[in-house]
Amino acid sequence: MSRRGNIIGELDWITLVLYILLVTYGWLSIYSATSGEQATHLFDLSQRYGKQLLWIGMALVLAFAILIIDAKFFSTFAFAFYFLMLIVLVGVLLFGKTVAGSKSWFQMGSFALQPAEFAKFATALALAKYLSRLNVDLRLLKNKLAAIVILAVPAVLILLQNDTGSALVYFAFVLVLFREGLSGLIIVVGVLMTALFITTVIWGEIYVSAAIILITAFGFLLNRKLRKNLMSVLGILILSVVFVSTVHYAFENILEPHQRVRIQVMLGLKKDIHGAGYNVNQAKIAIGSGGLNGKGYREGMLTRNHFVPEQSTDFIFCTVGEERGFIGSSVLILLFLALFIRIILLAERQRSPFSRIYGYGVASILFFHFTVNIAMTIGLAPVVGIPLPFFSYGGSSLWAFTVLLFIFIKQDANRLNVL
Amino acid sequence: MQVMSNQYKLSARNIALRTVVEYPPRGRIFDRNHKLLVYNDAVYDLLVIPRQVKVIDTLKFCRLLQIDKAFFKQQMADAKHYSYYKPSVFLKQLSKKDKGPIEEILYEFPGFYFQRRMLRHYPHPIAAHLLGSVGEVNPGDLRNDPFYSQGDYIGKTGIEQYYEKELRGQKGSRIVEVDVHNNVKGSFQNGRFDTLAVPGADLTLSLSAKLQAYGEKLMQNKKGSIVAIDPGSGEILAMVSSPSYDPNLLVGRQRSKNYLMLLHDSLNPLINRAISGLYPPGSTFKLVDALIALQDGVITKNTPFTCQGTASKPIACSHDHVSPLKLERAIALSCNSYFWKTFQRIIDNPAFSNTHLAYEDWYNKVMTFGFGQAFKTDIPFEKKGSIPTRRYYDKLYHGSWNALTVRSLSIGQGEILATPVQMANLAAIIANQGFYISPHFLVKMSGDDSLSERYKKIHKINIKAAYFKIARRSMQKVFDEDDGTARFYKMDSISQAGKTGTVQNPHGKDHSIFMAFAPVDHPTIALAVIVENAGYGATWAAPIASLMIEKYLRGNIKRKRLEKRIMQGDLIHHLKHTKK
Repeated sequence: MSRRGNIIGELDWITLVLYILLVTYGWLSIYSATSGEQATHLFDLSQRYGKQLLWIGMALVLAFAILIIDAKFFSTFAFAFYFLMLIVLVGVLLFGKTVAGSKSWFQMGSFALQPAEFAKFATALALAKYLSRLNVDLRLLKNKLAAIVILAVPAVLILLQNDTGSALVYFAFVLVLFREGLSGLIIVVGVLMTALFITTVIWGEIYVSAAIILITAFGFLLNRKLRKNLMSVLGILILSVVFVSTVHYAFENILEPHQRVRIQVMLGLKKDIHGAGYNVNQAKIAIGSGGLNGKGYREGMLTRNHFVPEQSTDFIFCTVGEERGFIGSSVLILLFLALFIRIILLAERQRSPFSRIYGYGVASILFFHFTVNIAMTIGLAPVVGIPLPFFSYGGSSLWAFTVLLFIFIKQDANRLNVL
Repeated sequence: MQVMSNQYKLSARNIALRTVVEYPPRGRIFDRNHKLLVYNDAVYDLLVIPRQVKVIDTLKFCRLLQIDKAFFKQQMADAKHYSYYKPSVFLKQLSKKDKGPIEEILYEFPGFYFQRRMLRHYPHPIAAHLLGSVGEVNPGDLRNDPFYSQGDYIGKTGIEQYYEKELRGQKGSRIVEVDVHNNVKGSFQNGRFDTLAVPGADLTLSLSAKLQAYGEKLMQNKKGSIVAIDPGSGEILAMVSSPSYDPNLLVGRQRSKNYLMLLHDSLNPLINRAISGLYPPGSTFKLVDALIALQDGVITKNTPFTCQGTASKPIACSHDHVSPLKLERAIALSCNSYFWKTFQRIIDNPAFSNTHLAYEDWYNKVMTFGFGQAFKTDIPFEKKGSIPTRRYYDKLYHGSWNALTVRSLSIGQGEILATPVQMANLAAIIANQGFYISPHFLVKMSGDDSLSERYKKIHKINIKAAYFKIARRSMQKVFDEDDGTARFYKMDSISQAGKTGTVQNPHGKDHSIFMAFAPVDHPTIALAVIVENAGYGATWAAPIASLMIEKYLRGNIKRKRLEKRIMQGDLIHHLKHTKK
């Protein structure tokens, strides 16, 4: 059965082509957003588009290196990667450089690296390694807790760096756990809690509590089954009301002021287009003014003239929206959706649980980034600073996503060698 | 999806595009001989964009601009307070001469640059009232007309205001893209939506600059007005209001200071007496009564009336003359008794069932002469004057009144009020023997020939030409008879016709009034002169009118001694003195 030595033939070209399309589309958008009127040559390293070209080149080198390394290397050293990463995350807390309020960068000369980006693939590897053990069953509390600890440690370290956005990404792994046997209830509970949180912030705890009680009361009247489980229903009801009553406290005391304002702006409770809402407002105008066809490549008035802050990084979607319009944005979204579906399909055909779990990890992380980034750009989610994979300017994130994806491509190419 | 809305397209344009307005040059104004009266003079504002200002040698900069350091600091602070990225005016309205040396080394001071602006300039310091002035728009102008934006200029008074829409032209606009720091990045879509400014129309006025300047000179140190009309066309040749001022005072940096100074001057130089001064027409009005009486058939030119001089009842006659008189002599000598009796015959005309109806008929006839109403041409702020209506007297006297009650009207006194323009128009009517064209200024407007057609309408007076011939002849006698009231101002080479008026003034000395036209057979100038508080019409107003005629018809003045007496006559400073 051995097909060793024929890596080219085993590579999944669909994923590879999608990757190259996304990176190219991303670079074109960065070029438009950063070149201005007087673009010199493409490799001008004083410009972002020039640097990004260098990062892309180095990402391809990394990708190639991963493809020629033995596939078992990553599963064997999964925990080694994980613990190394934890040490680096602690290190950045001690020696790191603060950029935009987050102490999450290692500075080496003019070059800065963001370890949090790389922690994602290391965590994905470690989780896959742990869950693929034969004796691990997620229905057991002990295993459940262990999995949560694997995810929580890097998340907390990143949270300590004050990089909330990157820490939130670890919630994405819930999807992996769900695939591997975690009860779906946890997702239902999560969605419910989010809904309660948002409604309470908007309407206040009294109205929301009253609504819960009323709905439950109606349920009792109409549904016999509910009446039979009186105690558990009452328990959920009480827990919900208790949760609702803590929302206010959590909102005012746990969240940072800027996070609070961003949530309020997102929910439309606050209109601060010159302060907290400025970025999203400008972004919405840029995307909205693009219309169906967009204004044309490098013709975006707001893009070219730098009206949207962070437009080449977290808000890169604006450039697409303004210059390529609804059609260009749809193409971007379809490319991502194709990539996610392809990764899930590949994951499902893996023989080894490690590859499958890792594959789901990759899909979850990319999906979370994609969803949250675009939602925040168009004002459907509060602004959390996380990049759009393969699109946003930045070496760290491009490399981290490339490594994340190519480890999986390598695992997939090697699937037939697994007995 | 909430991101799909046209609102965003608008917002994007508002954010990233700026409309730069291109100002058209305001139209120029010429006199009837194509002499330039008003043109645009370029001045330069020094603008500053605080963000672009680098550390500079403040001392050198101040010396260059001839300002002190405190002023520099204040202007910079104000500019920064307004905006770091948008330009503010640092120094206003520098002349081309002042700008030259500054511009040469301005490159040393980044963030400063010049912007050209246009100011009105008047090569001859004449006709300030009627030309009017231009000033910055006020909030009301901004509300009323979307054409204007903050800091624009608009005609405030006179011709500048009346022909504002024509003079201002059309603004052009350039759409430029700006970046987030408000730096201009170039034109939007290669200027596809840009429009060019259209310069304002040039106006040619009927005014004769030469005659206007001469009139202003004659009227210096006097209060009053001269209005001269070309009777055949209704074109105003001169409109003097004295005291006047140099129109250049109300331009540029000193505008508001000078305006306040003029506003608070006790002689009210800002008032245009020619159109807003209301005077009883006095004895000049006797012509109107004579013409109406002839037309009504209540007198003929041979009807004699007696006069007892100062002992006459109910109106005394100040002129000492033979009695009885016939109409032409009565006009030449300005006999009050004669015209009281004439007026009595008009009002007590048996053709009407009662005196009030006769009065109403008289009123209507007087109105056809242009009295008691505005001409509604291009003379802004023109007062209507007033001829009392029948209802006015009914109310005043509770319905019980007759010719005797309103006798003052017979000699142009009492409730009759007229502007100098209306009096000049009366002279034009008699000169034309029965019609007038409303007095106006516009002769030609560049780019629009139809506009001058507005002022061609002929207003006919329903009185026989033969009666006007009588009126004309009698007015000529005012100059030509040995006892005519203006006999001293007769010229051998130019025939003149006129009528003196001496208007009683409850506030001081009588007003001196004169109306005239010349040459008598083919009149080309008709005018009215009012000199306030100057006494007899024959003393001041008549010689001024006569000199104006000489100037206009001959070009130079032969009666140098007369001219000198008039020009040196100072009726103001003596006046001021007696007031105290």
